[in-house]
Formats: sequence, C-alpha cells, structure tokens
Amino acid sequence: MFYNCTKMKPLLLLLCVFFTLQAAAQTTLSGTVKDAKSRPVAGASVSLKDSYDGATTDSTGSFSFTTSERGAHLLTVSAIGYKTGEKQLNLAGSQAPIAIVLKEAITELSAVVISAGSFEASDRKKGTVLSAIDIATTASGEGDVTGALKTLPGAQQVGESEGLFVRGGTAAETKTFIDGTLVNNFFFSSVPNVAQRSRFSPFIFKGTVFSTGGYSALYGQALSSALILESIDLPEETSATVGISAIGLSGGYQQLAKNKKWSWGGNYSYSDLRPAFAVIKQRQDFFKMPIFHNADANFRIKTSATGMLKYYGYFNWSDLGFTTNSLDTLGFNDLFRLRNENTYHNLSYREVLGHGWKVNIGTSFTYNRDTAVMALANGKQQEVLVQGMEYKNMGWNNRSRFFNSKLVFEKKLRGLSALRMGAEYNRSEEEPQFTLYNGDKLGGAITDGLTAAFAEADMYLTNNLAAKMGARAEHSSLLQRTNWAPRLSLAYKVGTNGQASLAYGQFYQNPETRYLNGPSSLLFAKATHYIAQYQRIASDRTLRLEVFYKDYDNLVKTRTEQTRGMAISNGGFGYAKGFEAFWRDKKTVRNLDYWISYSFLDTKRDFLDYPTSIQPNFAARHTASVVMKRFVTAWKTGFNAAYNFSSPRPFFFIAPNGAGHTKFVDRGETPPYHNVSFSLNYLPNLGKANAQKFTVLVLSVSNVFGFDQEYGRRYSFNGQRFEPILPPSRRFIFIGAFISFGVDRSQEVINSNL
Amino acid sequence: MKKVYSLLLLLFFYGAVQAQSDRFIAAMQQKVAAFDTTFSVNGLTALANDFERIADAEKTQWLPYYYAALAQVNGGMMMTGGNMNGGDASKTDPIADRAESLLNKAAALTTDNAELHVVRKMIANLRMMADPMNRYMTYGQEGARALAKAKELDPANPRVTLLEAQDKFYTPEQFGGSKDEAKKLFEETVKRLDAHKPQTSIHPHWGRPAAQYFLGQFAK
Repeated sequence: MFYNCTKMKPLLLLLCVFFTLQAAAQTTLSGTVKDAKSRPVAGASVSLKDSYDGATTDSTGSFSFTTSERGAHLLTVSAIGYKTGEKQLNLAGSQAPIAIVLKEAITELSAVVISAGSFEASDRKKGTVLSAIDIATTASGEGDVTGALKTLPGAQQVGESEGLFVRGGTAAETKTFIDGTLVNNFFFSSVPNVAQRSRFSPFIFKGTVFSTGGYSALYGQALSSALILESIDLPEETSATVGISAIGLSGGYQQLAKNKKWSWGGNYSYSDLRPAFAVIKQRQDFFKMPIFHNADANFRIKTSATGMLKYYGYFNWSDLGFTTNSLDTLGFNDLFRLRNENTYHNLSYREVLGHGWKVNIGTSFTYNRDTAVMALANGKQQEVLVQGMEYKNMGWNNRSRFFNSKLVFEKKLRGLSALRMGAEYNRSEEEPQFTLYNGDKLGGAITDGLTAAFAEADMYLTNNLAAKMGARAEHSSLLQRTNWAPRLSLAYKVGTNGQASLAYGQFYQNPETRYLNGPSSLLFAKATHYIAQYQRIASDRTLRLEVFYKDYDNLVKTRTEQTRGMAISNGGFGYAKGFEAFWRDKKTVRNLDYWISYSFLDTKRDFLDYPTSIQPNFAARHTASVVMKRFVTAWKTGFNAAYNFSSPRPFFFIAPNGAGHTKFVDRGETPPYHNVSFSLNYLPNLGKANAQKFTVLVLSVSNVFGFDQEYGRRYSFNGQRFEPILPPSRRFIFIGAFISFGVDRSQEVINSNL
Repeated sequence: MKKVYSLLLLLFFYGAVQAQSDRFIAAMQQKVAAFDTTFSVNGLTALANDFERIADAEKTQWLPYYYAALAQVNGGMMMTGGNMNGGDASKTDPIADRAESLLNKAAALTTDNAELHVVRKMIANLRMMADPMNRYMTYGQEGARALAKAKELDPANPRVTLLEAQDKFYTPEQFGGSKDEAKKLFEETVKRLDAHKPQTSIHPHWGRPAAQYFLGQFAK
C-alpha cells in the first residue's frame, strides 16, 4: 500500500508518509492451535489483545492474519471448552509460525458427575435421571414425593408401613432433609398396618436427590439412605388455586411482588374421607372417619442478586379412629384412635460472599403430638376391659420437639473443584407417655443434642476423573459418644457418554428413641457402604448398573417389657448386598417415556428381638417396576401407568423362649406382590390463548386388575391366631379437579406431560 | 497564545477520536455486511470472534458485543439444524453460555435496549431446543419473559414480531400454536422492516431473510 504523497501540502504530506509507513510495516502472524493431546482446535479465536486484528482457526487448527501493530503485544487464544492461552509477541515485521497449546477447561458440561449411589431429579443439572415433574406424574406414586422413588432400584415395595426401605434397611434408616436441614415426622403418624403418606406436597420442591447409599458428609444420622429435597424459590407469577376431589377441598394463593424481589403465599386443605370410604369399602370399620386440616404459609425474599431468604411453615391436625376384629378375644374388636398435631417451620438463607465463598444457613423447628388409644372394644365400638386381656388397653400421649440448624460454607476452587465445610446442631426433646389400663403412667423424657462438624472436597483432576472426599464427626449428648465417619467417591469417564463410579462411606445413627427410656449407654449403630456403578446417559436414554455391599454393626437388640421392645444392647449386626439396574428411554417409541428398574437384594440381620440372623420382613429378594407415560396432544390428556413387583417377603412371630432368649412361633412368606396402577390428567383449557383459569382433571386407580396383595401377617397376642395384612381396600380410585386462576398454567402442564 | 494551544490540543484530540470512531464504523460496516450474508456455522463462529475482538478493543461499544452474541447464537441454532426434537446439549449449551456472557457485556454498556432482550429470547430458545421435553418449563418461560420485555421497550420492533411468529409457527396447535397467526406475524415483520429506519448502518436491521424464508414455506 503506497499512496502517491507527492502532490500534497506539507502537513498532509507528513501525515500521509506516517500512515503509509505504518501500513507498509505489516506483520503476518500464522500458526496452529492444538490441545494437550496435539489434536487441532477448530473455531478458536486468535486475537492480538486490544486490537481488531485476529483470526479464527480452521478445521486443522491453523490461523493466519496480518497486523500493522508493532512492538510488544499479547496474543490471546480462546476456544469453547478450553482455558484461554496467551503468548507474548514482539512484532517487528516478520514472525515465525506460532504454536499454541490450549489446556482443557473443566466445566460442568464436560466433567464426570459423581453419581454412585444417588438418583437426582432436577431440570437443570446434567446427569439427572428424573425431572422434577416425574415425581408428580408417576402412576403408582399417588402424588406422594416418596411414591415415585419407590419405582427406582434400591427401594422396597412395603405396603403395611410408611417410609422408604432402602437396600435392606428399615424406614428409620432413611432420613429426609429439606433445604439442608433434617426433617422429623416427614410422614403422617403411623397407623397399624396401613402405610401413611408423606406430609409435604411434591409441588413445593424443585430438586430431589435420592441417595441409596454412599451419600455426602454434609448429611448424617441415616444408616441407609438420604432423601435431599430443595424447595422452590420465587414463584413465576401471582396465582390462586382451588381444588376439589373425592377426598377433600383445597385452596391457595401466591403473591409475587411487582419488582419480583419477594413473594408470599399460603394454602389450606381439608380432607374428609367419608365420601370416598362410603363408595370404596374399607377393611377397617371407622367410628371416626379420617379428617385432616392442613395449612401452610411461605415467604421468599431475594435479598440481593445472589441472596435468598426462604420460609416455609406447615400446620396439620388430624383425627381418625377405627376397629378391626380382634384375634385375641372372639366377638370383640381391636380399637385404634389417633389424633395428631404437627407443625414444621423451615427458614433458610443463602448468599455469595465473594472471593469464591458461598454460605448456606438453614434452621427448622418441629412440634409433634400423637394422642392415641389402643383398646379392646365391644360390637358397638366402645372400649371395654376384659379380664386377662388388660394389656390390650393402653394409650399414649407423645410430645416431641425438634430443633435443627446447619451452617455450610463453600469455597470454589480451580475449575469445578470446591471445598465445603460446616457444622450442624440437632436438638430433640421427646416426652413419650404411656397410660396402662389401670391408669398407671409410664414415661420420661429423652433429650439429645447432636453436634456435628463436616468437611468435604470435590476434586476435578481432569474432565474425566473426579473425587469427592469428606469426613463427618458427630457427638451425641444422649449417648455421650462421638463418631467419625469418612466418605469417599470417585468417578471416571468411560467414552463420551459413559462413566464408572465407586463410593465408600461409614454411616452412624442413634438408636431409635422408641426403644429407649432415657439416657443410655448404647453405641451408635453403624453401616459401611461399598458401591460400584456404571452409568451411560445418551440422547434421552439412560442405563445404570450398580452393585453394592453394606455391612451393619452395633444394631440395637431389644427385650419385651410391658408389650414394648426396650433396647438392651448393641449386639445386632447384618449385611445387605445386591445388584440393581435402571433403564429409561424417551426415544425409541415416539411420545412414550418409560423406565424399568430391577433390584436384587440379599440381606440378613440380627436385631431387635430376632432369635437369629434372618432376612427381615421388610426385604424382598427381587423388586421391579415398569413406569410408562404418554401424552396425547389431540385429546389433551396424559396417560400414566405403572407396574410394581416384589418377590415374597418373610413374616414371623417372635416370642420369649423361656430361657432368656426368643424363638419363632410362626414363620412364612407372603405371596409375590403385583400392582398395576393407572392415572390420567385431562386438561380441557389446554392451548386456549389468554385463558383466565386453567383446569386439570385427574383420575387415578391403584391395583387396576384387583390382584390379591398381602403384606404379611397380623397375630394374636400369643401368636396362635393370625390373619393376612391386606391393603385397606383392594382398589382405590381418586377423582379430582384443580383450577388455577390468574395464571396460565398450560406451560407447566405441557412441560409435565410432553 | 495559551488559548490557541488549548484549542489546537482539543482539535487534535477530536481528530484522534474521530479517526478512531471512523475506524470502528468502517470495521463494523464490513463485518455487519458479512453477518447479513453468512449462513454457515463456521462462518458465524469466525464473525462472532471478529466482533468480540472489536468489542474488547473498543471496550465502550455495545454493538460489537451484541453482534458477537447474535452470531454465536445463530451459529448454535444452525448446528441444531432446526431440529425441534432435541439437539446435542453438550455442543449447544457452551455456545449459549458464551453468547450469554457476551450479551451481558453488551447489556453493561447500554440501558433498556429491546434488541438485547430479543437475543436473550434466542439464547433461551437455543437452550430449550437441546432438550425441549425437560427444558420447556425453564427456558420456555425465560424466553417468553425476555420477549415480553423487548416488546414493552420497543413495541414496533420487527424482530420481536419475527420471534413471536416463529413461536406460533413451531408450537403445536393444541398448545396455542397457529400457522395462520404465524403467517400474519411474518407479514407484519416484513411490513415493520420496511418501515423501520435503523439508527445507523451498523445498528440491528436483520430479520428479512428469515421472515421471507418462512413466508416461502406458506407459498408451497
């Protein structure tokens, strides 16, 4: 580029010469960009810092461009998936070819996910197996948070009592956490031989992690499993809802502030089972039809761009009473009456502190009161005292208060690596009080202060290899003991979509307070988990295979005193081992989403009053589920079906053998369990633009084919007479209509059913 | 004399700034013209890099960051090939992340700009298309909010109409989509583009080829 400068005026001439000189002194920069394995990086941006000059690499990683800059300059190279590379250059007219090597950036998208032992339901994160809405649309789940989880491998199909029985563990070995803090009384209070639902609506949670073993050091006091729930943040819009169903009425309101910085709301529901039980005959003979009053309230405040303060409060009152024929005294009935008051409050706060630090603070309070009566009743359902059968008449009035608080600091390290540490304090005050037939009262107070400290590091060594190392220490003031539990998980990427994981951990849990009278010299019960997993997630298909071994130690052994099992030692032990498979496919059959899960479980334990080490009554060797979902757009209807199977479970009756030990009076196995359930959601307003109200009609049927389902045996006091434990009704049908105003919820519904 | 010096100095600076600005406009004009005619993934990636270099060198101009984000998101869309049954999230999500970070830089340099919300809507679409079944709720709503904001700031914006039209076109009728309404909106887009006078030759003016492509679909 040479201009004709000669015909110009002097000043312009000077300028012209100056520019021309500059233009003439161009440097050509060329070279290649490669990754650490010498593979070319295409599409990388090569720039001379603070200039317009640069180029983009081609498919061979080569680039070439010219610049008129001179002197010292920084060449920067950036490409998606890599850390930015730099090279200091001194531009002086000619430049040798430049070779740049980019280091791989460790990102959430490309890195392995530490997944051994846990199932996650979330819409945002990678590597999740379920989405949040799956929890609500699993046919056999009946809208219960834990219902859908029972279709995943690891969980048992136990119908006679509530809770999640995971990998040979009891329901008490699974603990639930909401926004980090432990939840006591997650399920409605127990009713003999009838499983109760969980108390909380699935719609208040946005994320669920169901760990069937090897979970993080942030959680403790669960030998088998942790269910970690994360509540929703601000609602999308202001809305009101009304629901009417075969079992009750409900209404709610959510207000979102105009500036979208805060919201408040509340819901109330009244459940009365009279109409449903009038149509669907129950095995129990109710003299007090179940009535539930449920109220909840919440507020959520965005305290800054990154800060969030949330409150959720829950109140419940319930009352029910029924009789069943007595196996002890012919012509008489066994009466049960339960009144429950429960309130739960959770306040949590999270904020980014800067310099890579984050803080999470959570605190919760629970008050629970069960007032129950068990007695012999005459044909008119009135309590009677029969000579020789006095032990049948008793009542209890159990009050408990729980306070939990937890503080977690997180520091982001290089790449995705992070360090978490914190402390937790759980205080429980339980005042069980038993009233015997003669008015004598037994009881006491059990108070425990459990203090825990924990630390955990996520280390991403490369995109292909990650480790999570943690440890937790706990001190119980009730047991006067301290435990120390190490946890370790590793994940290694195998191919593009596959990964292999290993997990190991030690887990401690206090003995259940129902077996204690007061301060005790017992130890923590202990479980050690070993898990190996292979997982492959690719284009809407998920395969997971897992093998595990779990070793139990220091389980509680009990002796029967006044019809109650009381802890005598930590002499119990056991093991569980097995194999699990999970397959989900949304792709092969168009519009059909299905998953299949299978669990093989080999477990034996000696605990409570067991005479020897046996397969417990809550563990089946084979468990399987098939879940299907299909949305038919033309009919505006979603169809959901599920099949659950469980191989025979043992049942037994244990009594003292007269020599200080116990013996089996009766033993056997249930028939295999089959259940096919079906549900449909009809959305008449779907797709109507600007609809002011949005309606969802729901129909669900459990045990569609009316299979015989048997959960075990119910025994007379001496174990000589028995009858099978059956579901309260062979089949249950639920019909409901839910209407929301002010907000078009069709987006939500489309999403949940697509 | 002092005054004269100051005046000269001032003039000199003005001249320097003007020269800088001319250089910026010339570079942008060339790249924007290239952007208007580039429809390949590689071409768009290279253009996005070019815009980003200009933006990083200028530091105070929102337009190059805006075009860098737009070129990224268009390249990402092209990668999915308009496949509504899900692209490859592991390829398109990093592009969406990149586009978003560029757009945030643009947003820091201009206020209440409808054009930026238009690109936000496109980024949300790109994320959603990677896994529509699971992401509809999050990104469908995020996109709807961005588009509503753009409409609020600039009710006559032709690109707002264009994106509304595309939504109507691709959404199944049962869920509120409508080919007829889409057609009307595409026609409205063209009308608005005819009436719209961009502030300068490097201000956003795109949309015509897309609207005409869709209108061509109806003609068949």
